[in-house]
Amino acid sequence: MADNENVVTLTDDNFQEEVLESDVPVLVDFWATWCGPCRQIAPIVSDLADEFEGRAKVGKVDVDNNPQTAQEYGVRSIPTLLFFHDGEVKEQLIGAVGKGQLSKKLSALTGQPA
Amino acid sequence: MENGTPENGSVNGTQTDILPDLSAFDGVDFSNADLHDVVIVGTGPAGWTAALYTARADLEPVVYMGPEPGGQLTTTTDVENYPGFPDGILGPEMMDRFHEQAERFGADARYGTVTHVDFRERPHRLLIDEETPVYAQTVIVSTGASARYLGLDNEQRLIGKGVTACATCDGAFYRGETVAVVGGGDSAMEESTFLTKFADKVYVLHRRDELRASKIMQERAFQNDKIEFVWNTEVIDVLGEDAVTGLEVINNETGETRIMDDVSGLFLAIGHTPNTEPFEGWLDMDDSGYILTKPDSTYTNVPGVFASGDAQDDEYRQAVTAAGTGCMAAIDAERWLQENGRVSPEPARPKTSTHDDPVEAAAARS
Repeated sequence: MADNENVVTLTDDNFQEEVLESDVPVLVDFWATWCGPCRQIAPIVSDLADEFEGRAKVGKVDVDNNPQTAQEYGVRSIPTLLFFHDGEVKEQLIGAVGKGQLSKKLSALTGQPA
Repeated sequence: MENGTPENGSVNGTQTDILPDLSAFDGVDFSNADLHDVVIVGTGPAGWTAALYTARADLEPVVYMGPEPGGQLTTTTDVENYPGFPDGILGPEMMDRFHEQAERFGADARYGTVTHVDFRERPHRLLIDEETPVYAQTVIVSTGASARYLGLDNEQRLIGKGVTACATCDGAFYRGETVAVVGGGDSAMEESTFLTKFADKVYVLHRRDELRASKIMQERAFQNDKIEFVWNTEVIDVLGEDAVTGLEVINNETGETRIMDDVSGLFLAIGHTPNTEPFEGWLDMDDSGYILTKPDSTYTNVPGVFASGDAQDDEYRQAVTAAGTGCMAAIDAERWLQENGRVSPEPARPKTSTHDDPVEAAAARS
């Protein structure tokens, strides 16, 4: 779960390096400890991190501790899931979403079938 | 309760001969599909309670958690009206506990959404996330309901950018700002009261001049001096390019429209719509999409398919009533299975019980 080492803890400080300069697509989960739906999808995000290991990166931004990043991307609803590639937001999903949908979008960005 | 052939299926309570679209099943290979005694669709109080009871009845239920695991309670704060919790309990925590209790007795909870069903014959066929095939001897539908939006174009465009239906998720983004809550029921009162922890000012926009919220919730909101009620008022447009910068509203008594340009957040609390779309054309529903059940039971029009929780309840919609009907569905499904037995999928499988069938035992492990 939260201690899955495949899930990168993203911060205002490392966002540039870990996400914007990443060689592979990155799924970024904006969340907070007090958000019920965020807690419910956390295991899905963790699973995806394992399934896409090496092909895509999965990271989480705690919006309470990293307001700058959340603000930068206009996040006003959580969970918000942004898909980055080559330093740009390619897709976004807002609210709790199914694993299938996330997996498909991430696959599309990696250029490989799920 | 005759049989589940599509000829007897109906839409919105009226008989029809239209076969629901089965094209999603084209090309899906069911030959190695898992076969379960009970598939539970949804994980609110109804789904988890059905899972708990069917698990304790050794029916090895599989629970598909859907796109909003835990359901509506995950978007609430304190649940103060669930018996047995005199000090209240947080909605998300309560759903974690339901989940834990069901799994303790062997319920198999899986991520995935039941997107399509084929109820023509038994065992029933389901598709998970449009692609994974599953067979079910019985199905318990407990898909609940999701927040309703106004349906305005700009509202839809700005969801997540100032428009939201989850105050507990998003309230903290509106620290020091002015927001509007639309609605007049308990959830509107709860959300507006909650939002005053962050926002400087909370308007409650209600299209009537009185609330249908319970007295205790109304009183709390009336006593909060950050909340201002705006009566007889409806939102007709949401303003802003990349973020909400205001609302256009109309007073439905005078017809006068005006712009509320101090509002940067729009919170919807105008009720819910049932999540019954995958079952349209198979299960009898009322005009709003709520599944119709046989009186004093959870039986739907399709044998072996039961409905519980808010998916079939437009009236009470409480955690405790959802849990109650989830329990009923589990008992109905268990008795129905006892009376009607299990069937093997056509054509290949031998007619033995599911637990003894080596083909299924192998498939069930995959």
